[in-house]
Amino acid sequence: MSRQGGRGTESKKMNSELFTLTYGALVTQLCKDYENDEDVNKQLDKMGYNIGVRLIEDFLARSSVGRCHDFRETADVIAKIAFKMYLGITPSITNWSPGGDEFSLILENNPLVDFVELPDNHSTLIYSNLLCGVLRGALEMVQMAVDVKFVQDTLKGDSVTEIRMKFIRRIEDNLPAGEE
Amino acid sequence: MDARFTRGKSAVLERALGRPRSELSLAAFALLFSELVQYCQRRVASVAELQARLALLGRHVGLRALDALVARERPGRRDTKVLGVLLFVKGPLWRALFGREADKLEQANDDERTFYVIEREPLVNTFVSVPRENSSLNCAAFAAGLLEAALGAAGFPARVSAHWHKGTTLMIKFDEAVIARDKSLEGR
Repeated sequence: MSRQGGRGTESKKMNSELFTLTYGALVTQLCKDYENDEDVNKQLDKMGYNIGVRLIEDFLARSSVGRCHDFRETADVIAKIAFKMYLGITPSITNWSPGGDEFSLILENNPLVDFVELPDNHSTLIYSNLLCGVLRGALEMVQMAVDVKFVQDTLKGDSVTEIRMKFIRRIEDNLPAGEE
Repeated sequence: MDARFTRGKSAVLERALGRPRSELSLAAFALLFSELVQYCQRRVASVAELQARLALLGRHVGLRALDALVARERPGRRDTKVLGVLLFVKGPLWRALFGREADKLEQANDDERTFYVIEREPLVNTFVSVPRENSSLNCAAFAAGLLEAALGAAGFPARVSAHWHKGTTLMIKFDEAVIARDKSLEGR
C-alpha cells in the first residue's frame, strides 16, 4: 500500500507533535490489545523491523551516502545523517567496545517520548522499542546483522536514553529482491 | 495509589508550553502511519471496522492535541460559538498538526448541524494508495477521529466521518444540543 508521491528528493518536514501523539496512540492500543509488556515490546520491535526495511530504501534514495566500509562509518551515518533526517535529532556515539563491534547511541531528547510518562504498572515496557526494530531492519537490508537494545531510558528515570548496538555478522547470502 | 498512575517521576508537567522543538521528516510519519494501518488491518475483518479502529487511534491523538494547542493559540479565551471552534479547527489546529490549513470549510445547505472540512490531499494520506477492492477505505478516518475527539473535548460534541468527496471531506455533524445552545447564544 504505497506509492511515490512524486515529491522529488526534497525531504518534506512536519512538526513532531502529530508524530509523537500518533506513536503514543499506537503504544496505548498495543497495551490494550496485548496482556503483558513483553508482548508489546515484541510487537513494537516487529513493527519497527517492517518500518526499517522500507526506511532504508527511502534513506538511500535521499542521502547520497555510499556503502559503509566498516562499523564505525555505519555508526556515524546512523547518528549524524539518518537520525537527523528522520527524527530531527543527532545522538552522540560513545562507549566503543575494544573490538570495535559495539557502540552506544546517546539520545538527549527523544521525540517519541515528548510528554510521556510510564505508569507504574507498565514498568517493563520499552516504550521506544520501535526504534530498535527500525535500526535492525534497516541494517539487515544492507547486509548487516545487528543486535539493538535499550540500555538506559529517560522514561525509567535515567538521565539519557542509551541504545546499544552490536554488530553480529555480515549477511553473505543475497536477500530476495522483494515481494514484487 | 492506583498503579496506573505514575508517582511524578518526570518533570514533564513543569515544562514550558513552547513550540515543539524538533521537526521531523514526513517520511517518518508516513512509515509509522502505514505500519499502524497494517497493524489494524491484521485485526479486523471489514473496511468499516478498519476505519473505526483508525478513528479510535485518531481520537487518542485529538484529545491530547487540543489542550496544549488551545493554551498556546488562544490563551485565556475559549471558543463558545460553533463558528469560532470550526475556524479554530480549520486554521490553528490543522496548521499545528498537519503543517497547513485545511482547504475549505463549508456548511451543508439543508442541515444546520452539518459542516464539511475539505482537504484535497490530507497529510495522512500521502503515500497511501487504496486497492480497488477496498475502495471505500479512507485513511483520513484517523483525522476524523482526531477531529471528533478535539471537538468533543472543546465542548462541542459531534460525529465526524471521512468521505471521498472533492478530495477528502470530513463531515461534522454536531449534536442537537450544541446547535440549540449556539442559537440561544446568538439571541442574547
